[in-house]
Formats: sequence, structure tokens, C-alpha cells
Amino acid sequence: MSAKTLYDKLWESHVVHTEQDGGVLLYIDRQLLHEVTSPQAFSGLRAAGRKAWRIDANIATVDHNVPTTDRTAGIADATSRLQVDTLDQNCAEFGIEEFGMHDKRQGIVHVIAPEQGLTLPGMTVVCGDSHTATHGALGALAFGIGTTEVEHVLATQCLWVRKSKSMRVWVDGQLSFGVTAKDLVLAIIGRIGTAGGTGYAIEFAGPAVQALSVEGRMTLCNMAIEAGARSGMVGVDAITINYLQGRPYAPMGKVWDQAVVAWGDLHSDPEARFDAEIRMDACTVAPQVTWGTSPEMVVDISGHVPDPALEKDPVRRKGWRDALTYMGLKAATPVSAISLDKVFIGSCTNARIEDLRVAAAIARGHHRAASVKAVLVVPGSGLVKAQAEAEGLDRIFKEAGFEWREPGCSMCLAMNADRLEPEERCASTSNRNFEGRQGAGGRTHLVSPAMAAAAAIAGHFVDVRDWAVH
Amino acid sequence: MEAFTVVEAVVAPLDRPNVDTDAIIPKQFLKTIERKGLGKHLFNAWRYLEQGGQRMDNPDFVLNQAAYAGARILLARENFGCGSSREHAPWALADYGFRVVIAPSFADIFANNCVQNGILLVRLPADVVEHLFHEVAANPGYRLRVDLPAQEVQTMGDSRYAFPMDAGHKHKLLHGLDDIQLTLRQEGAIRAYEVRRRQSAPWLFRDE
Repeated sequence: MSAKTLYDKLWESHVVHTEQDGGVLLYIDRQLLHEVTSPQAFSGLRAAGRKAWRIDANIATVDHNVPTTDRTAGIADATSRLQVDTLDQNCAEFGIEEFGMHDKRQGIVHVIAPEQGLTLPGMTVVCGDSHTATHGALGALAFGIGTTEVEHVLATQCLWVRKSKSMRVWVDGQLSFGVTAKDLVLAIIGRIGTAGGTGYAIEFAGPAVQALSVEGRMTLCNMAIEAGARSGMVGVDAITINYLQGRPYAPMGKVWDQAVVAWGDLHSDPEARFDAEIRMDACTVAPQVTWGTSPEMVVDISGHVPDPALEKDPVRRKGWRDALTYMGLKAATPVSAISLDKVFIGSCTNARIEDLRVAAAIARGHHRAASVKAVLVVPGSGLVKAQAEAEGLDRIFKEAGFEWREPGCSMCLAMNADRLEPEERCASTSNRNFEGRQGAGGRTHLVSPAMAAAAAIAGHFVDVRDWAVH
Repeated sequence: MEAFTVVEAVVAPLDRPNVDTDAIIPKQFLKTIERKGLGKHLFNAWRYLEQGGQRMDNPDFVLNQAAYAGARILLARENFGCGSSREHAPWALADYGFRVVIAPSFADIFANNCVQNGILLVRLPADVVEHLFHEVAANPGYRLRVDLPAQEVQTMGDSRYAFPMDAGHKHKLLHGLDDIQLTLRQEGAIRAYEVRRRQSAPWLFRDE
């Protein structure tokens, strides 16, 4: 038997049917639904008189449109409210379990599914959301799909998929103190580019990846899509198993034991060959800050905003110029001289309990700079919020002048009321620095939670490694 | 879905790499529960200007220029459609009237979503795309003919550029097929798979 990659194993165990032209019908174990990309899928089912193929394979929550302030009065914006209400009605009609806006388990779809044990190793997981790659951290094959495909999965429990090429990003060494999974993935994107992973499924591996918690691995896989890859994944090990044991929807008793044995094979065989291999050394990774309007436009905290005149490729040069104009930055500005108007700590990339602990550790005993208008801390789920409050993190944030909010996607994409005003500059723990992403005309710099918290206090970017020393 | 065979139309150039789906259709328009009507919001942030609370066309943006009126072919740079999986992006492109996007490369999820909506993505080498940008700039009202059965882009002169195409995607576009019907022909295989999986991996089924 030839050696297989983790991706090969996940793929082969889900093939239902292969067409003569090579098209593969792949079985989907779990579909996650949210209010933005599902309404047209449910209407399509209804129009065709179709039912959901397997109700128990689906789970829904509301996250993009929900307010992060007091929710007792409901949602003020009528169009946001309609989308949320529509999901509630669709789930009731089709019999799908939903964690609604007032459920304690509600939260960002990519935070709640692993938290509940709804994402398990060996699964295929889809969602009408590109950050579905997150779930690959548990040894699953997870990828984002469009609304037509959401409808297709609801109706058939399958998808027509082409197998991607395989890429392994192998990370040697250990991340330095103050350097996190977020910095590592930004450094990887900076190296291979925002289209470097297009057409590939990326497996993250090596000592530095194995040393990460499942939450850190989720941050890594979450941003695989920012490198162009629909899927990111990490092989199963003891850290994965420990993370899952006892979660509400994880198997129990004999079935758990049986599952753990099966999951033991969910890693790439030592001799497995990949279509592409990237090697990184974690020891050389510094805290990262993006300066432009694509995640690949990223430098070390000790670096400078680059000079487009030095870029040889004309298309890239124009891209850099456009980015600097939009961002209101001058070439050669030291990153540490960039000052902030707002800070956002949250999103499916960095709103889990470990992220909030790191941010709180930086903020403890300090106060946000007078020049920083607002610091939003938005937990990834109601349960993350409850855990943080049990640990007293909310008090630390409030004493630091940060706002402690209700869970949701919030200012990662500003579909609810949380947004940047034109030309406001934000340090954000989210995943996209695209033009207008956090609000029309808003300027986003992607960083880790530690870097975001430190920037909130200093008023400009600082090297969190120095912070940790003093 | 509208079947695709040959489109001959005016070409609109969008000279930026990494055009993301947030730029194609910003989040404030994702709150719709319909598929239709997004064309007027296509490229919203670049296409319109806000002045004194008034919204007006940005005369510098390509789609607001008379030379590109009625364009059904969009010429773009590499990694077009990156970012979010929102199918609102191809819905907006199609609703505006685009049937073809030509670029050196496209993001994966966007490419899948286009096939579902009858939009043909044509991958041409970067130097050919560069040449076409020059041609469009030099010839107002520049048109191309895109022939899916032949997998060729044809100029009004005599140049022809072959493009690669996934056989399954080609078939689907040519016939405007609905995938669900096609898939349900495999109902027996799906049921048989589920029976096997319930045996070997019962934890995947919450109703077990």
C-alpha cells in the first residue's frame, strides 16, 4: 500500500461515486449554517419541494448580523433582523437544530462547532463561509462553499468536488515567547502569497505546529484561505483527543474508544509525497503586522512600510501603490510609528478563550491610550464569554477601558453595527485587511491578540516581546 | 440556469490584481434573502462616490464610462475573486450582465460559484492578458468573442487564444444543468455509503 497524506485519507473515505470524467461525489458529514449564506438555499429547496436529506448532519447559528451590545431589545437594523428571523424560520420548518441569538451556545459558527464537539476528526465539514478551513485543525477536511452548494448539501448530503493538489507547510523549531499561531500564519502568507495555496489543500505540520494547542491550530487553518487554499488541516494527536473528550456532541463510552482508535490513523504517513512542500523555521518568526489591503502585505513589527518603487513587477507595484493610497501610509514609515484609532479583538481567527487570556495578560493594569477611541473585545461564543467572565478577564478589559461585548462576527466584516468610519485605522485580530472590510474607507492592520492589546495601550504598534520583558 | 455557448461582447478592463469578493459586492448588500437585484451594487465602493450625502457615479471607474456600456466580458488580473465564499459575488456579476471573466487566475471558491451561475471563467497566460489590456485601451469599444465549445477567445482581428477548461464544468455550462437532479441519480450509492459509515463510524451520526 502506498503512503498517503492526511488529505488522501480524508478524501478517499468520503468518495461516494466517481464519474467517467473524473468528477467525484463526496459525502459531507457536517454542514454548518448561518444566516447570511443560507436563505437562498432554503428557498431553493422549498421551490423544488425538497426536504433536507439528513437533518442531524446540520447545525445552525446566527453570527454575522447579531448585535454585540445588549440584545434584549432585538436587532435594530431591519434587514439584519430579517436575515436572522429567516434562519430561525427555516430551521424550524426543516427541523434543523439552531443555536439562536439568545442561546448561551450561540457564537461564531467556526468557534461553536469545535467547542461543542460538532466537528470531529475524519469528518468532511462544509459551510457557506470561506473560513470553514478552521475545522481542519481537528484532522477534518473542511472547506467553504457557495449558497448553491449549501442547497446541494442540504438536498443530497453530497457535493461534486475536484480533488485539490496537496501542499505541506512544515514548521521546524518553536515559536518564540510572544509570537503566536497568528504571527506564524501571517508569515506563511507573506512568504507564499495570497494565491500561493490556490488549488491546494494545505497540511500544517512539524514540531512548531504539533506544539500548538488545538485553538492555535484553528488560527493557523482559519487563514489557509487567505493563502488561497480552501482547506487547511493538522494531523490528529493526543492534543486533539484531549481537546475533544467530554465535549457535548463528542461520542462517549464505547463509541468514544472506538473513535479514538480510528482517529489514530488521521495523519500523513511518513513516506507520503506532497505536490508542494514549504519549510519554515518558527524561531525566525517575529510578531507580524499587515500594512496593505491584502494579507500578503505583511512585515515584522521591526520592519517598515515598503516602497513600491523598489518592486520590479509592474502589476504588483501598482497593487502596492493603490494599497498605500487607500491605507494613507507613506513608504518607509516604521511599523511602530503607525498609530491607531480603534482596536478589534475577536473573529473566527482569534476569539477563543486562549486569545482572550493572552490579550488580558497584556492589558492587565494598563489603560488604553487616550488617542485610541475604542477597543472592542468580542468573544467567539456565549460559552467563551462565560468562561472569560469566570476567570475575571472581563474585569481586566473593562478596567483597561476596553469594551466587553456579546459574541458574534462583529467588526471582522462589519455586517452588524460595529464598524470603522472612513479613514479610521484599526489594529484587528481578524483575517482580512481588504478595502472596506471593517467599514467603508476603514483601514485594517492584521495582528495577533497580544499585539492588538499592546497597540491599544500604547496607541501605536509595539513589539509585544519587549512588552513582555517590562 | 442559462446555458452558455458563445458570447461576443464589449470588454471592460479592471486593472487590479487580487480583486476580492468584498470589493465585488460589499457586506452591506449581503443582507438580502434573494438572489436577484445585486447588479446595481457590483463594485460599489469603486463605482460610486458619496458627496454631501449624495451618491453619484464615479466617472473614473470603468463601468461608468461610455466606451464600456453593455460590456459582458470583464478583463481582470491574477487571483480574481479571492476572499469570502459569498455567492453574492457571481450573482452581482451575472445580474449586471457579465457572462465571462478573463484573468490569469481565479480563487477556488469563487470559480466554483461562477460555474453554478452560468459565468464562464477564462484563464489565459499573464502575457496574453497584458496584451488584451493594451488592446482594450487602444481600441474604444473593443470586443471579443468567447467560444466555449471550441474553448477559444477570438479577437475581431484574427487572433485566437485557447483556454483550458475542466470537462465537467464545461458540460454543466453548455447545458445549464442543475446539479441536484444529477446527484439524486446516485441516491442508491449515497444510501449504501451511509449504511457502511453507520457501521464503521457511528459517531458521525447524531441520531445513532
